[in-house]
Amino acid sequence: MSLARSLFALLGLVFLLGVQGQSVQAQENLDALRPLVNNLAKGKYDETQRQVEALVASGDPVVVPTLKALRAGDLYVRKADGEVFIATKGGKGYLLIDPLTTENAGEAGRRDVSKIKVNNRLRRVIDASMGSLTLMAADPKVRLAAAEAVFKAGDPEGLEPLEAALQKETDDDVRLVMEQARAAALLNSDRGDSDKLEAIETIASIGNRDALSLLIGVRDSTEGALQEAAAAAITKIEKSLAMWGNAQNIWYGISLGSVLLLAAIGLAITFGVMGVINMAHGEMVMIGAYVTFVVQELIRNSAPWLFDYSLFIALPLAFLISGSIGVAVERGIIRWLYGRPLETLLATWGLSLILQQAIRSLFGPTNQQVGNPEWMSGAFELGQLTITYNRMWIIVFALLVFAGLMLVLKKTPFGLFTRAVTQNRRMAASMGIRTPWIDALTFGLGSGIAGIAGVALSQIDNVSPNLGQGYIIDSFMVVVFGGVGNLWGTLVGAMTLGVVNKFLEPYAGAVLGKIFVLVFIILFIQKRPRGLFALKGRAVEA
Amino acid sequence: MMNKLTARAASLALAGLMGTTMISGALAQEETIKVGILHSLSGTMAISETTLKDAMLMLIDEQNKKGGILGKKLEAVVVDPASDWPLFAEKARELIEVNKVDAVFGCWTSVSRKSVLPVFEELNSLLFYPVQYEGEESQRNVFYTGAAPNQQAIPAVDYLMNEEGVERWVLAGTDYVYPRTTNKILEAYLKAKGVAEEDIMINYTPFGHSDWQTIVSDIKAFGSAGKKTAVVSTINGDANVPFYKELGNAGIKAEDIPVVAFSVGEEELAGLDTAPLVGHLAAWNYFQSADTDVNAEFIDTWQAFIGDEERVTNDPMEAHYIGFNMWVKAVEAAGTTDPDAVIDSIVGVSVPNLTGGLSSMMPNHHITKPVLIGEIQEDGQFETVWETPGLVVGDAWSDYLEGSKDLISDWRAPMSCGNFNVKTGKCGGSEG
Amino acid sequence: MMTSYLFRTLDAKAGVFIAILLAVILLVPALNILIAPDNFFHVPNYAVTLMGKYLTYALLALSVDLVWGFCGILSLGHGAFFALGGYAMGMYLMRQIGTRGVYGDPTLPDFMVFLNWQELPWYWYGFDMAWFAFLMVMIAPGILAFVFGWFAFRSRVTGVYLSIITQALTYALLLAFFRNDMGFGGNNGLTDFKDILGFDIQASSTRAGLFVASGLALLVCFLICRYVTKSKLGKVLVAVRDAESRTRFLGYRVEYYKLFVWVLSAMMAGIAGALYVPQVGIINPGEFAPANSIEVVIWVAVGGRGTLIGAVLGAVLVNFAKTWFTAALPDVWLFALGALFVVVTLFLPKGILGTIGDGWTALRQRRVSSNAQAGGGKPPKTPPTSPAAAANVDPQPAE
Repeated sequence: MSLARSLFALLGLVFLLGVQGQSVQAQENLDALRPLVNNLAKGKYDETQRQVEALVASGDPVVVPTLKALRAGDLYVRKADGEVFIATKGGKGYLLIDPLTTENAGEAGRRDVSKIKVNNRLRRVIDASMGSLTLMAADPKVRLAAAEAVFKAGDPEGLEPLEAALQKETDDDVRLVMEQARAAALLNSDRGDSDKLEAIETIASIGNRDALSLLIGVRDSTEGALQEAAAAAITKIEKSLAMWGNAQNIWYGISLGSVLLLAAIGLAITFGVMGVINMAHGEMVMIGAYVTFVVQELIRNSAPWLFDYSLFIALPLAFLISGSIGVAVERGIIRWLYGRPLETLLATWGLSLILQQAIRSLFGPTNQQVGNPEWMSGAFELGQLTITYNRMWIIVFALLVFAGLMLVLKKTPFGLFTRAVTQNRRMAASMGIRTPWIDALTFGLGSGIAGIAGVALSQIDNVSPNLGQGYIIDSFMVVVFGGVGNLWGTLVGAMTLGVVNKFLEPYAGAVLGKIFVLVFIILFIQKRPRGLFALKGRAVEA
Repeated sequence: MMNKLTARAASLALAGLMGTTMISGALAQEETIKVGILHSLSGTMAISETTLKDAMLMLIDEQNKKGGILGKKLEAVVVDPASDWPLFAEKARELIEVNKVDAVFGCWTSVSRKSVLPVFEELNSLLFYPVQYEGEESQRNVFYTGAAPNQQAIPAVDYLMNEEGVERWVLAGTDYVYPRTTNKILEAYLKAKGVAEEDIMINYTPFGHSDWQTIVSDIKAFGSAGKKTAVVSTINGDANVPFYKELGNAGIKAEDIPVVAFSVGEEELAGLDTAPLVGHLAAWNYFQSADTDVNAEFIDTWQAFIGDEERVTNDPMEAHYIGFNMWVKAVEAAGTTDPDAVIDSIVGVSVPNLTGGLSSMMPNHHITKPVLIGEIQEDGQFETVWETPGLVVGDAWSDYLEGSKDLISDWRAPMSCGNFNVKTGKCGGSEG
Repeated sequence: MMTSYLFRTLDAKAGVFIAILLAVILLVPALNILIAPDNFFHVPNYAVTLMGKYLTYALLALSVDLVWGFCGILSLGHGAFFALGGYAMGMYLMRQIGTRGVYGDPTLPDFMVFLNWQELPWYWYGFDMAWFAFLMVMIAPGILAFVFGWFAFRSRVTGVYLSIITQALTYALLLAFFRNDMGFGGNNGLTDFKDILGFDIQASSTRAGLFVASGLALLVCFLICRYVTKSKLGKVLVAVRDAESRTRFLGYRVEYYKLFVWVLSAMMAGIAGALYVPQVGIINPGEFAPANSIEVVIWVAVGGRGTLIGAVLGAVLVNFAKTWFTAALPDVWLFALGALFVVVTLFLPKGILGTIGDGWTALRQRRVSSNAQAGGGKPPKTPPTSPAAAANVDPQPAE
């Protein structure tokens, strides 16, 4: 790779020159570099790439901001004279900055400049050069990122600077990655077999997919002892990855289960506990998601610093709004239908149509953008498991909601009244419980919980008027599978279905997997006609 | 009693059908040319199709400002087929038979088009279909203004192969006809280019799939075999948002494994935080970012019409723009809205597209379009990173499929055939 | 004689219904074909097809009412039987296309050709023969219903559990038929039919014929349902609906009774689907969608559960409303339809016909009491929809 070679030439130059380059010489350098920078704007990607290489070969560290801007797509060319600038939006068009001196260079209209295009290949090339350039940076985080970039590039030219950097490295974590990067580069170099064997060992110890990918490359391109060592390492890694694969399936299953739990738990109250066949449940979830959207929209427009807390603001609001809609629905419609559960199906179905259309009329039919806050973005590695933060927090959240709900139902007077009313309405009424209010509040509670589920689901799914429809069937399956009227059943049911689904998916594919789960539910109900945790006693055969 | 009820129901039915939405009450008196709009406004497809209904209303509005066609004003007739495929056929029939529209602009999914095809054939009316589709069709009464596979999929794969050096391919799609066919074509194409069987992974998911963890990790695993890997995504509409969210969170960057999508446009990205997706690709025939005057004007008109400065435009809207203008031009050339005359006069009509060229209606009822490859930007727009040097002619019958490689389509007078077999020299399919 | 028995049991309401149905069956095609298009009384082709569709929906609603209204089995998956019948018919129509498909392949349907299928899957064999296909229209849903019912009723799965697994059934079938690997055309389903029994499917005479066939099918199935519900068997069914355990303790094999009506109902739904397909011109997996099945239940509820005429009426009315709203109020029609469901539930708890029936009964009783010599007429029965009866789906004790 000629680019990398020139980069290391540049690196060498930087070492030689140090920081004490004289100002006169610097000015001369700038003058020499200017046409190179301007050349970036000429031609297509191949040409731009050649110019990047030429720029790096010039051996002056002042080109770093230019490269950074190019990568970020902030490098523009002025159409009038072909001068290249770093531009940021501002004023009437763009604010221009000289890429070499990083001084202000005036403004330009929106159509006076055009962007220098950059594609994935160029970005990769720039990343690799950036990595090598910043191996000695002061910030260990930058050094770590640099080492990772060099690891990815795996360029034998990187060996010497890496070894130089390794000698000075003090941070153990960075050192480890650098060792690995060195091994990766070494495998591609022409060094001796013994060095390479050692490198294979280092790589094998990483044990992840990147390592596997590197080793497969070695296996396919070498012979003899090296090939054997690589093959052995590959088998070992594959074995361990298969193990991790099972752990991964369980994790994915729990994650899917937690989503199902969230979707179903409100229904477990309105349907499971109260016996209302609540087809509008999905729409309560959807309303919760739209509350999140509105909250985020307000925050974006007026208080961007609050964005990371947007979900915490949305949660109580979603609960209140969905909950009060629930109370209103109960008072307006459901309460006339007790004892006629099937008619609740009819009315709530009508209601769900109305709510969907209401949201569609208010917000339009398209997806709304709900962002992940910082703490819900990205992933971390646990062994060979990649755990994404949003999935993890959703699992935690689902369990918290479940625990909270259990507490409310088992430990508060309201919960006691709810259970009393649903178990024996007349007896409860004669004990002085105001059953109409308990009904309204219970339905409100179920709807409110659906609302906060919507807040969580907005983080992983579309926020559109159809959101609820996607979950309603699964929710009913979970509640019925777990046993109507039993919250623990809902928990266990959701998790079981989630894990079963995720274990089936790699073998059967997503579609067949889901079909098998449905068939499994049908067969399971034959075996246990009242679900996983059946209610016992006279109440059942009403 | 029942008798009366039924009678009343029947009379109500007729009254209702006659009274189908009049967009402009004032226009009802004078004679107008009616244009049917057949896009779902509710149900699963409303998310994509409502925009097209609005775009059509805008185009008709604009045309009326210019004085209509043939001295008459245009009148839009809007119905809602509610994402229900048999209902599409029923509503198409209603538009043509009851409302007497002269042309219909509509449909999104392949199945909705298939559902209305016999209706348009039987009643001899015109349908302009604005969405990219799987090809393998050329019908006398239908004009395909979206992309055929050779106007989208194949150039995209070429780009990845040549510019990014991709050697390993994941073909991921929603399990329906468009992805199936496109992937069949791509598979044949890739193999013809020397890609080995084991370097192609094909994966299908159900509609509205929302749990992408397993598949994203599979893609990651497939991509770590030491060869540059890319994902070609024919994942449909709704399922894209969770897919990209999972992709972004799992840390799959465009520089490592780029994803090129055929069904993700500006509208879909509007529901997403695009920062983690910068660099992933899409192949279309139009991007809102196209830097031309006609596009700038189109965007301004659209945003003013809809009353939203942030509202985006997308490829199917451009297809309607082209299709509508072609129809207007063809009607003016024919001097009548009679379908047979328009079918004759529209072939060869050229109108400006929004990317700065002229698109023409070809004899196979597909149009010529440029193919653009764009990278997703942080602001939810695409930036064109590559485009075909000229316009590409839509190919109704793919050259890469066994059953259709010998078929061509030409609706001009002597041949007048949608599936002419060049081997047997007969109209009517590959088996002759 | 069964016919004489039938006529003896016909009360005035059923008589009126049959008369109207016969009139519609005769008049609509006649007005369509015999009257000139510009005449005021001409029924356009469009309306014939539309009404034909309503009739098949009415038949579907009738089949749901038979199991739900009279036996207490709330099926949220009857769309599955409807769609299976439709697919059986669709496969026949597909095979009839022959070489007229776009690829001109004599045996393979178009979708198989362009997805590179080499030969016809085994389950497509025989569908080129009309008698076989028409038999399968009833047998395919019948077998599915039998197997499903055999297991479910023997395991005593009841109430909401049964409803949800019927939903699971149709949902699973939905996903399965979506798969292109299944060989049923995936999401696009089966379309582009050319002719049926040798008649051009687009000809208005064929349409009229299909309309008449739908009407007759509805009529025959109505009479069958009536016969079943009025017979001793029907009494047992109502007993099962109102008190299943008690009926079992009395020595009836409840599961066999249930299984019988369940399979009968599934076959009727299959016939409805088969008549539906040639009239709308497409069958695709969307028909399996659980929402569709729920909608059918709603038609029945709107019309009046437990009254056969109500089911028919509900299906026609709701679908007519849908047709009208989607054209007249394309942007907000869901509000109107949703409100209709809510209002019907709140103010017409027995459905339209149940409510009318109450009025009718009151009227008749007044007349009976005033006319002392009312010898011939039997005292009419109130439609058996008491709130308590509906409660057997409720897992919780009703008040």
